[in-house]
Amino acid sequence: MKRSPFTRRITTVVVAVLAAAGCSAQQSGGTTGTYSLWDPYPQFDQGSEWVKMIEKCGAEAGVEIERQAYDTTDLTNKVLLAAQQGTAPNVLVVDNPVVSTMVEAGVVKSNQDTGLDASQASPNLVAAGQVDGQTYGVPIGANTLALYYNKAVLSAAGVDPASITDWASLDAALAKVVASGKKGITFSAIGTEEGSFQFLPWFWGAGAKLTELSSPEAAAAVDLWKSWLDKGYAPNSVINNTQTTSWQEFAAGEFAFTENGTWQLQNAKKAGFEYGVLAIPARTGGVAPAPTGGEFVTVPAQREPDSEKTAAKIANCLVGSDNLLATDTALTYVSAVSSVQQRQVAAQPDLQVWVDAVQAAKGRTGDGLGTKYPRISQPLWTAVQAVLTGSKSSQDALAAAQAAASSSK
Amino acid sequence: MALRRQLVAWAFLLPLLAYLLLCYAYPLLTNIDLSIRHYTVRTFVHGGAELVGLDNYATVFADPNFGNALVNTVVFTVASLVFQYALGLALAVFFARDFTLSATLRALFLVPWLLPLIVSASTWAWMLNSEAGVVNAVLGFFGAAPVDWLTSPDRSLLSVTIANIWIGVPFNLVLLYSGLKNIPGEVYEASALDGASAWQTFRHITFPVLRPVSAVTLLLGLVYTLKVFDIIWIMTRGGPSGSSATLATWSYELGFGSMLPRFGPSAAVGNVLILLAVVGGLLYARYQRHQEPA
Repeated sequence: MKRSPFTRRITTVVVAVLAAAGCSAQQSGGTTGTYSLWDPYPQFDQGSEWVKMIEKCGAEAGVEIERQAYDTTDLTNKVLLAAQQGTAPNVLVVDNPVVSTMVEAGVVKSNQDTGLDASQASPNLVAAGQVDGQTYGVPIGANTLALYYNKAVLSAAGVDPASITDWASLDAALAKVVASGKKGITFSAIGTEEGSFQFLPWFWGAGAKLTELSSPEAAAAVDLWKSWLDKGYAPNSVINNTQTTSWQEFAAGEFAFTENGTWQLQNAKKAGFEYGVLAIPARTGGVAPAPTGGEFVTVPAQREPDSEKTAAKIANCLVGSDNLLATDTALTYVSAVSSVQQRQVAAQPDLQVWVDAVQAAKGRTGDGLGTKYPRISQPLWTAVQAVLTGSKSSQDALAAAQAAASSSK
Repeated sequence: MALRRQLVAWAFLLPLLAYLLLCYAYPLLTNIDLSIRHYTVRTFVHGGAELVGLDNYATVFADPNFGNALVNTVVFTVASLVFQYALGLALAVFFARDFTLSATLRALFLVPWLLPLIVSASTWAWMLNSEAGVVNAVLGFFGAAPVDWLTSPDRSLLSVTIANIWIGVPFNLVLLYSGLKNIPGEVYEASALDGASAWQTFRHITFPVLRPVSAVTLLLGLVYTLKVFDIIWIMTRGGPSGSSATLATWSYELGFGSMLPRFGPSAAVGNVLILLAVVGGLLYARYQRHQEPA
């Protein structure tokens, strides 16, 4: 009997361990008063406009919302795992090229089923969420790529930014800048989705198609980048640059141009020099279609269909035109709705060039590509890197990329 | 009473058993299960992935990236181990002499091991940047042309290996130093009386006596280096064009690097990596068995 308190303590420990193990599975979200919303905006904390908007929309739907923010690269797998366990969030804000993956996985419901309304948003932005004639989710806003330029560097080199309308005039401008002792252009050609994202405006601007990577148009786009490296217009570091590091190179003040996105506007104002923005020119003139960035608000499938309807109400509120201006301002996005775009430009005239770029932009998963896109994008960025490092010619690299893209299931 | 004793014994065992099953057996089995099924995103979420046997392994082995990643893994691991061990041993012998400030200096050498990997890897990436890196600035000061450390397919593996060696030296230093301190002073006195030179002392006393510690150090280094991921991913993403990709980064790229995960092949590569580490462990066990009778 002497040992019994000790034994009891051991038993307690064992029970505690087993209980802890058993509890690791989370409870599933139901139709109770609390709804979950996941977004890829960890930069916004509790006091931000975005979170206030979420709370307001929850209150309008009569529920409380528990919001969780994940890093955008993390979110896809987190959602897939949660859906596997039956604990998917009620409302999911997810990067637009991932929507088709979520549809393929059967994680998100179509707008027809839930009553989510995408009719206000521009068709070129909604396209990323369309699979087999059904629309999934609503774009909350869009960002895209354009060319930022340093006004002082350009004027010292005698370049008028308005003269840059096609690849030839851009090349001529770069030649003048480099001749004046400054640096030309910086971008990101890193071996991830970011590299493909940055390459696509040139790829599409040359007239190439994602279904045919080995076309002469595609080769022309890679050769343009390669020629910039060879002539010293672009630094060798672009091969390993993320969009953030290429922005840092530009912000140092030596570069004439950087290819970068809407999200750098706030940083541009802090850069300490006068900057301008121009749309990326297509090969023979006009605005090149840049890929759309930005998220979709979607409604994941739940066990109780009633909760999907309420979730759609919350989602509709977040993208409703009354709230959209505030939401997109909070996110520094260009709105997906043209009437709201006009209000944004009225309030901030320098957004006009971004609105033009967004209107010309294309979804990466559009044109019926859907989940084929990731299998095309990876060989594409690998080929671009192979050409830029000089290890393969553009023909060989793109032929290999096309072979890899068409052989993958 | 006997039953009671048994119960108590089980009570002691259970937490450990639960821990082993939950944290080791279950993930390993799940990984094997992932690797022998054809998972799409749909079957991953809704279940019902068909069994495909070793198909994923066949896919992985037939992929041109496999040979490349395997060779890179071997080069990266062997080069890291050799240099980490050699530098660690040299420093350990140096510090074993216990001169003034040696403890302070030794503590300073530990810094690379203590820094979070994201900090050291990002710092290396900045230093080796071909455009604005400090290494090229120093080279330029001496009139050398800039070197594309991270952006040339011929040098990217070298660069990440150098960074990894720098991080691993302190680990080798600490283990080997404590091994050296356990060698009795009389042995050295005897060799000094016999007139052994410094090199002879090292060659015939220090190195042989240190062998068991060296074996453990190298085994731990092997297991650690095989699965190095963060340094390479942060510095080069395994690029350009896969030139610094190892099995670890390739497995990650397959599973998490694109918007459409390929769980099956990714798990297969992960299992190959585990097998490599197990082979290293078996070699060590064999070596130990040879040592013990002596």
